[in-house]
Amino acid sequence: MGQTSTATAPAKPTAMGQMASDWASDEEVFKGVSWGKSMMWIFLLSDTFVFGTFLTGYMTMRMSSTVAWPNASEVFSLNIAGTDLPLILIAIMTFVLISSSGTMAMAVNMGYQRRAKKAAMFMAGTAVLGAMFVGMQAFEWTKLIHEGVRPWENPFGAYQFGSAFFMITGFHGLHVSIGVLYLGIVARKVWRGDYEKKGDYQIVEITGLYWHFVDLVWVFIFAFFYLW
Amino acid sequence: MAHAENASGAEPEQQHPIGLYLKIWGLLFVLSTLSYMVDYFQFQGMLRWSLILIFMVLKAGLIVAVFMHMMWERYALIYLITVPPLAILVLVAFMALESNYVYLLRMVYLSGFG
Repeated sequence: MGQTSTATAPAKPTAMGQMASDWASDEEVFKGVSWGKSMMWIFLLSDTFVFGTFLTGYMTMRMSSTVAWPNASEVFSLNIAGTDLPLILIAIMTFVLISSSGTMAMAVNMGYQRRAKKAAMFMAGTAVLGAMFVGMQAFEWTKLIHEGVRPWENPFGAYQFGSAFFMITGFHGLHVSIGVLYLGIVARKVWRGDYEKKGDYQIVEITGLYWHFVDLVWVFIFAFFYLW
Repeated sequence: MAHAENASGAEPEQQHPIGLYLKIWGLLFVLSTLSYMVDYFQFQGMLRWSLILIFMVLKAGLIVAVFMHMMWERYALIYLITVPPLAILVLVAFMALESNYVYLLRMVYLSGFG
């Protein structure tokens, strides 16, 4: 739409006034935001509810259980070089995921500077870190399954522990895995120069939104599932 | 829909100095280390809870505000994304009440006093 007449008066509107006129202007609401980006945000909003309700369900099971909940600090400890380190694998996974968020932010930055090759490299690096995360999660699942943790029972305490664990970390791991694929596909297109003609690298930012969201969800899982 | 900067101007071209990202990245590492320390030193009770929640909120806020560029978006988008999840807090409050009730019921009926 060629010329957009702004609904706002010459005076600089307050942010709140701007929001009111954005929603009331009878035209597109998210001004200056491409449909791809707004759709990604709306998808992430819906995903927030998925994880929000999972975590709420976990809270409900844990609070209403009359059997002691397994101590995450001990269940997830690893014996490295003769000492038991509590939660160490989870801590490493957290650092890996945060590192991947950093490289993703770099990729977005490189994209907007139109340094396509660098952006693609950073995205590939992000995907590698994501794959490492999934690998460690697979290791953790294997360890717990060997120790007898099942969705319906476990040797450490309340049986609901297993179902919450597999459901929540499984769904998050699925998100990471899909993110790795998504990053790979977009990185390949960026590398090939698909966006060179238009010079619009917002696709990197949109992919980044998804990736940062996956990291964001992990922040909550780490706090509520592993540290509680 | 490559729609050009519209007349109201100041459109979010999301290009920001790399130094800012690096600082936030570092901060996230520090906060993660601190939240791991909460478990490592086995803090308990209210202290543990408040530390966990503070570090969690700070990390989440930094990721959303800076890495996801939320702080540079217009309020129309910011409010669309940040307000609806507050409904989850209502659900949490309800379910916390409910689970206390279920817990008491189970104490009564599963322990043989029923």
